Amino acid sequence: MTFAEIYNKAKTEWEALQKSSYIVIGTATCGRAAGALDVIDAFNNELTRQGLKVPIIQVGCLELCYADPLVTISKPDSLRVVYHNVTPEIVPRLVEGYIAGDDPCLELALGTLEGDGGGTVYIPELPRFEHELRLILGRCGYIDPENISHYIANGGYSGLDRAFKMSPEKIISELKKSGLRGRGGAGFPTYQKWELCRKAKSTPKYVICNADEGDPGAFMDRVVLESDPHQVIEGMIIAGYATGAGQGYIYIRAEYPLAIERIQIALKQAEESGLLGDNILDNGFTFHIEIAAGAGAFISGEETALIAAVEGRMSTPRPRPPYPPELGLWNKPTLLNNVKTFAYVPLVIERGGDWFASIGTEGSKGTAVFTLAGKVANSGLAEVPMGTTLRELIYDIGGGIAKDKQFKAVQIGGPSGGCLPETLVDIPIDYDSLREAGSMMGSGGMIVMDEDNCMVDAARFFLDFSTKESCGKCTMCRLGTLQMLHILEDITIGRGKIKDIDLILALAEDVKVGSLCGLGKTAPNPVLTTLRYFRDEYEAHVLEKRCPARVCPELTMYYIVPDKCDRACEHCILTCPTEAIKGEKGEVKIIDQEKCSKCGTCLEVCPPEYNAVVKLSPVSLLPSANLSEGRAIK
Amino acid sequence: MLSNSSDCLEYVEGMITEKQASQTITEILGHYRKEGKNLIPLLQEVQTRLGYLPKEALQEIAGFLEIPAVEVWGVATFYNQFRFVPLGKYHTVVCMGTACHLAGGRLILDALERELDIKVGETAEDGNFSLERVACIGCCMLAPVIVIKDRIHPKMTPFKVEEALIPYKQEAQGELKERKSKSKT
Repeated sequence: MTFAEIYNKAKTEWEALQKSSYIVIGTATCGRAAGALDVIDAFNNELTRQGLKVPIIQVGCLELCYADPLVTISKPDSLRVVYHNVTPEIVPRLVEGYIAGDDPCLELALGTLEGDGGGTVYIPELPRFEHELRLILGRCGYIDPENISHYIANGGYSGLDRAFKMSPEKIISELKKSGLRGRGGAGFPTYQKWELCRKAKSTPKYVICNADEGDPGAFMDRVVLESDPHQVIEGMIIAGYATGAGQGYIYIRAEYPLAIERIQIALKQAEESGLLGDNILDNGFTFHIEIAAGAGAFISGEETALIAAVEGRMSTPRPRPPYPPELGLWNKPTLLNNVKTFAYVPLVIERGGDWFASIGTEGSKGTAVFTLAGKVANSGLAEVPMGTTLRELIYDIGGGIAKDKQFKAVQIGGPSGGCLPETLVDIPIDYDSLREAGSMMGSGGMIVMDEDNCMVDAARFFLDFSTKESCGKCTMCRLGTLQMLHILEDITIGRGKIKDIDLILALAEDVKVGSLCGLGKTAPNPVLTTLRYFRDEYEAHVLEKRCPARVCPELTMYYIVPDKCDRACEHCILTCPTEAIKGEKGEVKIIDQEKCSKCGTCLEVCPPEYNAVVKLSPVSLLPSANLSEGRAIK
Repeated sequence: MLSNSSDCLEYVEGMITEKQASQTITEILGHYRKEGKNLIPLLQEVQTRLGYLPKEALQEIAGFLEIPAVEVWGVATFYNQFRFVPLGKYHTVVCMGTACHLAGGRLILDALERELDIKVGETAEDGNFSLERVACIGCCMLAPVIVIKDRIHPKMTPFKVEEALIPYKQEAQGELKERKSKSKT
């Protein structure tokens, strides 16, 4: 079949679907976690009960994760309505109202996908979409990732068709014009890798997609693979054609079972359609893709370590140069790019390098995909042109800080990145500005922290992660980070000394210099940035034994204010998991500090009209009578 | 640590026998070619089928791929995914990703250790519960999350942990009673 024939067939199928009624449910991991599969069961039951036959289409993620599970009901000649936080209980109403009848149940809706000119929320006009520009997320949440026709009917594989009409050199020159830089974090110009691999003499050559998204708090690659896997596959085939490789691997972490399943389906469908495998689209070009499932190691995100993992060895990095385009998988030329980098390729080929270069800033072209999580009101994903400010991303797209708390910091780039304070929220998001501020683009995970988060604890958390994930090859990374961690732990339990701060700064420099790969070179970043922007918090821990955010357990105590405690209420006593709270009915409740596990349940359950439980730091603020009474009770 | 696996074989109820395990391993090896790149997929499939990596499996894989057993052991212990003791029937995973940590993940872990009376990385003696921490399961908007027997429980608090465990504990107890009454008759 020619591509035109494949396209027409897919388009016919898609258009037929648009002329019928159907239900769309987001069943990416985020949707499932929020209960989407129960909602599907409820729809199936209700449709059967009412004798209705309406297809349910499972799609990926619409990036509005805070509103999951999301359901869209599509009817010909009617508004497409998106319902949010759907539970099985409201399903009968939706079926009765909008599938059997004509009541769109707008009171349950997030909004509509078409404007009705009336009072309903028109989703594309939500404030966030003023900033967003969805290139690689464009189809996510709209198409069925397990149906290749949906992808093809919406522009998919036309980049590949076009690439076949171009010479490999022309493809690489379009990439050069586009200014596309690697989306895995380091920001290396993509065309340079491709050119090096193209020029390498040795054969066979390989293409590897790095889907080892190990950064805790980042899930963009998962969403792309679960929602629109074909664009990555298409990008890899184009890469194979441009570099002269015949075999590709997708290295994906085993923690993403659904993504693996959906890629497997996508690969099979691409092969059946003649878009992957032998003699693709009768162009004489042959390219195969296999999945290599990672086994859980953060270090595998580093390219030479990843290659070792695909070869079946321990995932440890080796010195570069030589770089993988010269000496990679099984010592053969290997092109290694991130999931999102491959996803941009079909667009660049189809619309041209100049088009891509017109988006973004001087040094950083195109869009950036971020996950927004932590203390932000609307968690989820966002795709914005490079140069968008952190403020726009956090406040306009993310809806600001949850529960009206005070913004404190934003961590970008995970354990390799840095924490930026409020004074820097107006800097533009691009590779260079972030690096200048001490952070990095990283893979795009963005975690927002509020007044209740302790920056020393946050730095300790990231360092603990890096220490655990260090592969052990370089001494400074293996032991230097551990020493830094010990110092930080001392600070968080009140045993820190002021000279420790200088020691940790010196160690940080040594770890950077003494490590071979990115993991060690960037592991000190969270400590360095928190020290640079939040030194006062470190000093409070050390000098006053005080945790300003009242997080560090050794420096914090719970206390029930006697004047506020309603003596008749026993909420705290009944829920305390360690039975640390004592007090007969009609008496003031007292916390036995030795038994207290500092879980905060009492603070959570104390009725708001009393609000009697408080957290105190430093511990010396605790009235001494309370301490002795608590002990006496025991 | 290897010796643990055989110890566990004895006390965990419902475990497969050594003979069954050996049959499964032979069957799995039949599907693979003798290539170094198959080491990790082999370990993954054995673990998926048996729930953990018994010592015998590591040795058989080494023999099959014609590589030293120490190399197989090195790879198996390098990656976080592999374990050498069987999981509990209700395997419980605590997410310790950034978002979960900031939302009190450590308190959730404390609560689970307290409620299940096992430490992270352990399987309870009766084989019902096991507890593991993972770096991130990518459900950051639902933080803090735990996963019990593949079901995600969102927005946990120490108090909600207790509640979430109740049905599983009841199920485990119910089965114990059933088995006891069966063995009487």
